[in-house]
Amino acid sequence: MSNEDDVPITIEFSGGLEILFGDQKKYSLLLPAKDESGAPANVAFLVRHLCDKVMKDPRKELFVLDDTVRPGILVLINEADWELEGEDKYEVQKDDHIMFVSTLHGG
Amino acid sequence: MVNAVDLLRQQIIACETTLRDLHGQLAEAERVQQEREKILRQKPFLSHDPLDHDMNFGIPDDFRSEVFAVLEHESSAQAASDIPAKKKWPLEKNEYTRYGRQLIMPEVGLHGQLSLKHARVLIVGVGGLGCPAAAYLVGAGVGTVGLVDGDTVEESNLHRQILHSTARVEMTKVESAIVALTSLNPNVKLVPHIGRLTPETAIATFKDYNLILDCTDTPASRYLISDTCVMLGKRLISASALRIDGQLMVLNNPPLPPGDTNGGPCYRCVFPKPPPPESVVSCGDGGILGPVVGVMGVLQALETIKLLTQPQSSSAAIDPPSLLIFSAYSNPMFRSIRLRSRKAKCAACSTQATISPSALTSGSLNYVQFCGNVGPINALTPQERISPKNFAKLRSGVNPFTGTRSSKDNHILIDTREEVQFELGSIDGSVNIPFSAIETTVPISEYSKDHDMEAGQEGWAAQLRQSEKPIFVICRRGNDSQMSVQKMKQLGLDFGGKRFIGDIRGGLEAWRKSVDAEFPDY
Repeated sequence: MSNEDDVPITIEFSGGLEILFGDQKKYSLLLPAKDESGAPANVAFLVRHLCDKVMKDPRKELFVLDDTVRPGILVLINEADWELEGEDKYEVQKDDHIMFVSTLHGG
Repeated sequence: MVNAVDLLRQQIIACETTLRDLHGQLAEAERVQQEREKILRQKPFLSHDPLDHDMNFGIPDDFRSEVFAVLEHESSAQAASDIPAKKKWPLEKNEYTRYGRQLIMPEVGLHGQLSLKHARVLIVGVGGLGCPAAAYLVGAGVGTVGLVDGDTVEESNLHRQILHSTARVEMTKVESAIVALTSLNPNVKLVPHIGRLTPETAIATFKDYNLILDCTDTPASRYLISDTCVMLGKRLISASALRIDGQLMVLNNPPLPPGDTNGGPCYRCVFPKPPPPESVVSCGDGGILGPVVGVMGVLQALETIKLLTQPQSSSAAIDPPSLLIFSAYSNPMFRSIRLRSRKAKCAACSTQATISPSALTSGSLNYVQFCGNVGPINALTPQERISPKNFAKLRSGVNPFTGTRSSKDNHILIDTREEVQFELGSIDGSVNIPFSAIETTVPISEYSKDHDMEAGQEGWAAQLRQSEKPIFVICRRGNDSQMSVQKMKQLGLDFGGKRFIGDIRGGLEAWRKSVDAEFPDY
């Protein structure tokens, strides 16, 4: 069901988060270009999309808390911390590589 | 010509000395034998493990030879320093030889080696990260290395904590590491800090060191170490590992005072809020591959050597903050991510910092509380739980409460550990339904609302519905079993309370302690 308005992106999970997504580390995804309100798709919309459409595990709270990615998960947009790119307001571009990394604590 | 009388006298003296020596040895041997018999009486069976060094019978030979080698080295070093001659060379004679292979590299050189020699590095945590990090730093000739840890060596540490040994199980990790590190390089001054790092002790412990390595394993200690480094202006090399993944960051670099936006970010800038405690997995629960955590510890040592040997000139560019991600089963295995700079509202390193040395030393900052804590859970009522002993009686066919006999095949025992663990050993007749499958199961009614019906979604539950036998649930330690019981009831497997579903208190750990001592302990 690819749509001309869909944005092709790559999603990657690391640090154990892949367990929540069917043990698959990498996803090639077609993200709708506009969010529910018709605004350009940003990372906040991507997170909602992942949670509703891609996540296999019912324990949503291990990925999202208070409408944003839970503490302890780094979001990396094209190999850079999302804080450098405008956090969840960043508008997703074609061929973006967005990575979700859970912090590890073992030692 | 030598006088025959004198010669004989000398021979007699020599023989008498030998005789005295032999008497001494005999007395010692008799004493050892007595001790041995005493111990043999006390300890009916001894380990048959050839690697198990029983220190009751004296120090093992390989260990003794290492101790002698170190003592000899120290005495020669002592002898050399006794001569107060003006030093001709900046390093000791043996140091040129020992560090020769790194000394001839332009990245180190004499200047770098002297910087290492004058450096004081603190390693917090002497486990999977701390052991390899300490080995390489002590090997490289860092002058002073402090070691902080409150734990003792356990057998399950040895596959990755390479400084410890079979003979030193139960010794404190700090003392065990010092034995290994001293034999590796007696030139290094090792400072033991035996005990867990606390907010009250952190500043006093850190203040005399140039650089800190975070080799710990909990979020609480990571925040405490980072905060202390910011307050004291120390650079921090932080690493972590779990299963097949590792992460590495150099934090607070440059270590400028709080409020200076040119300083490097701290742990709180990157992770302002701690993760929910239920999302934190330890190596004991998640597992860890030795070389994975080893790689991360070695990288910490590498970053430390790089920082300590870099020229002091202000022109030296500091690498922008980054996070190195290691993933053993991915290709490529390494990936570097650009990190943010200091956070404008960071609680530790900004102008709005709320964390102060006085708050730390007074104990008003509770890091364990800040990070939350998942202790043993208690989710079921006493009526839903049975002790391993009573369950064993029940299995033998005797009802522990009424004493009546019944058929052995009167219940279903479900083991909720993951398949790999179940394969390591299980109770006869138990059925494996992994917790991950139980936990992610959605009741059919709810599921069909927004998904197409998928065969097998509730496979395990559907199967359990076909019987009315009581269900007993067991797991590794007694937490997942409780959650599983709740989930099964949620799914209606108890037929509205008509069927018993309960868990075995304390899991297989308790089963091993009170019923079957031979059950594998992993």
